[in-house]
Amino acid sequence: MPPRTVHLLVLRPAVECEWPGADHYRMTRDASHLLPSPAPVTLIDADGRAVAQAASAVPDGAALVRALGSLVTARRLNDQAYALVRQGRLAVYPSSHGQEACQVAAAQVLTAGDWLFPTYRDTVAAVVKGVDPVEALSLLKGDWHCGYDPYEHHVAPHATPLATQLPHAVGVAFAARQRGEPTVVMAMCGDGATSEGDFHEALNFAAVFKAPVVFFVQNNEYAISVPLARQTAAPSLAHKGVGYGIPGERVDGNDTAALLAVLGAAVRRARAGEGPQLIEAHTYRMQAHTNADDATRYREEADVAAWAKRDPILRLETYLRAQGLVADADLAAFAAEAERVATRLRDGLNRDVEPDPADLFRHVYATPTPQLAEQAALVAEELSREGAAR
Amino acid sequence: MTVHEKMTMAQALNRALRDALAEDPSVVVFGEDVGPLGGVFRVTDGLTADFGETRCFDTPLAEAGIVGMAVGMAMNGLRPVVEMQFDAFAYPAFEQIVSHVAKMRNRTRGRVTLPMVIRVPYAGGIGGVEHHCDSSEAYYAHTPGLHVLAPATPADAYALLRAAIASADPVVFLEPKKLYWSAEEVEFPSSAPGIGTAVVRREGTDATLIAYGPAVPVALEAAAAAQQEGRSLQVVDLRSIVPFDDATVCAAVRGTGRAVVVAEAAGFASVSSEIVARVTERCFHALAAPIRRVTGFDIPYPPPKLEHFQLPGVDRILDAVDDLQWDLC
Repeated sequence: MPPRTVHLLVLRPAVECEWPGADHYRMTRDASHLLPSPAPVTLIDADGRAVAQAASAVPDGAALVRALGSLVTARRLNDQAYALVRQGRLAVYPSSHGQEACQVAAAQVLTAGDWLFPTYRDTVAAVVKGVDPVEALSLLKGDWHCGYDPYEHHVAPHATPLATQLPHAVGVAFAARQRGEPTVVMAMCGDGATSEGDFHEALNFAAVFKAPVVFFVQNNEYAISVPLARQTAAPSLAHKGVGYGIPGERVDGNDTAALLAVLGAAVRRARAGEGPQLIEAHTYRMQAHTNADDATRYREEADVAAWAKRDPILRLETYLRAQGLVADADLAAFAAEAERVATRLRDGLNRDVEPDPADLFRHVYATPTPQLAEQAALVAEELSREGAAR
Repeated sequence: MTVHEKMTMAQALNRALRDALAEDPSVVVFGEDVGPLGGVFRVTDGLTADFGETRCFDTPLAEAGIVGMAVGMAMNGLRPVVEMQFDAFAYPAFEQIVSHVAKMRNRTRGRVTLPMVIRVPYAGGIGGVEHHCDSSEAYYAHTPGLHVLAPATPADAYALLRAAIASADPVVFLEPKKLYWSAEEVEFPSSAPGIGTAVVRREGTDATLIAYGPAVPVALEAAAAAQQEGRSLQVVDLRSIVPFDDATVCAAVRGTGRAVVVAEAAGFASVSSEIVARVTERCFHALAAPIRRVTGFDIPYPPPKLEHFQLPGVDRILDAVDDLQWDLC
């Protein structure tokens, strides 16, 4: 192939250059379309008022009302789970209290056939996607690692190692696209995970193969105790998309309307075959990393108080009330539904299920190896001896 | 109808990939340089041309990404066969393999299974520079949830790779680099046994050599040399490290009463130490002497000009056989 003639944009006056690969060189010059907005996209401000001259239209009222209902349930689930740790029913609970707008929007923009890849802090997103809350918390209750069937609601098992689930999300998207299915994959992670190699590799693979993945980073300011400034020197996490040729966008992570708009647009774009996108939501982890953590050792109460004023639920409620889209009766109905889900969670987690020791060996291979069969027999014999001794 | 074709191990592996791609539309082959180049060892030669680049393709140069993407593809209906290019270049994928490939079935109580194969050109003996000659089998064999195979012949390379691709569980498939160019008549369709079966490669009555992968031809050579000296050595080829064929190995050792394990990997905390432990636990009273091992030294793989010191050779094997307390029986 003859070398192409290219005008370099960065040099004045324009210099003509010819060499194999010059076309790629030219195309990599302009990255402006990949850059995120200078400030996070906000459609409804912290006081619950529509932002004038916003980047996009506020989503329709029905979607926002539905989201508010989910937010109320989400908050109740977070707080119920937190309480269940104190009662010893859960080993630990990484709460998304304060991040409920991200949780709800991530699931709400997906169809039933789309996949969600949650982290350990994204239980609420999994529940909004359809997973039973009791099954979703099996991991933390200690009954089994993944308590739900990932294929039932297209929700991958919670990822506890950081960013390792992101290449899986790319693979699921790749396979769907190869079969011509319209599936989109929502791949979630936090600010800390963007420092992991698998984050980099997943974005790079998704971009190269144009996989329909939306990478959704909830930047909640802290990775356990380490603040964002120690994770990255990038202008923003959304800027990391440029390095892979992926458009990045920033969004107010406590503004449900902005999240639905930005994530919804990314999902539509991915579904249309235009490839992956990286979305960074600016939010805040209102509680400690888990119940086992002490956040007072590394952050100021004043910061927490400031973020409390940006609460996603109050903000959306204020907006919808002002628009006349919800009234007291709706809020009461949302609260009742949230209580119903919390009761179900409580009842489910208070119910002791005797785990079956045979399960230890049952799901290691399709057919147990002869060695595992021997070991399973050993445990069965121990149990029968114990039974006989009782 | 059975046909025989003479081919190298690399050609047999290529044939296995080719036949799997042709028979099963869910099989996809990918990795670094496996596309138009055909892989640095030409194992994927011609696959992109013949099956198209949706079935055999190059990826960015990132092993964790390759294995991680394969996990998602296997979750969603495909049967990925990925190449790691070199043993020591597979280590970036280690977390994906150990934490996800090996555990997905278990984590999800069998709801999500990962039918996938990780091909690893492995071990030394080719004059490779550092990071190209590791015997990494123990890392994988120590990880529950993986099958670990190491063929030693072209016929087994074909049969075991077909079995690996057909398996419902993830397989780490270790291809001895120095045997890529070894050739033999390969039978089609294959009648070789599948995963989890060891075979007796050479019958013998005085002692049993237990080997796998690149050590098998060396063990056979040692047995032939011993024959000249009037000693009859049996050779067992494990083929499948996980699952381990205790039955075949133990029957062989019980038959001769003496054993030497031959492996290229460093001996400490290794597959060879596992073999000695297993056989001793099961065959103690049939043993006339402690089991000896001839393995790589516990050192980083040496540079090419020194690698012959590291590789188990015929003399070391025969010396170990000589040490099996023959005067006591």
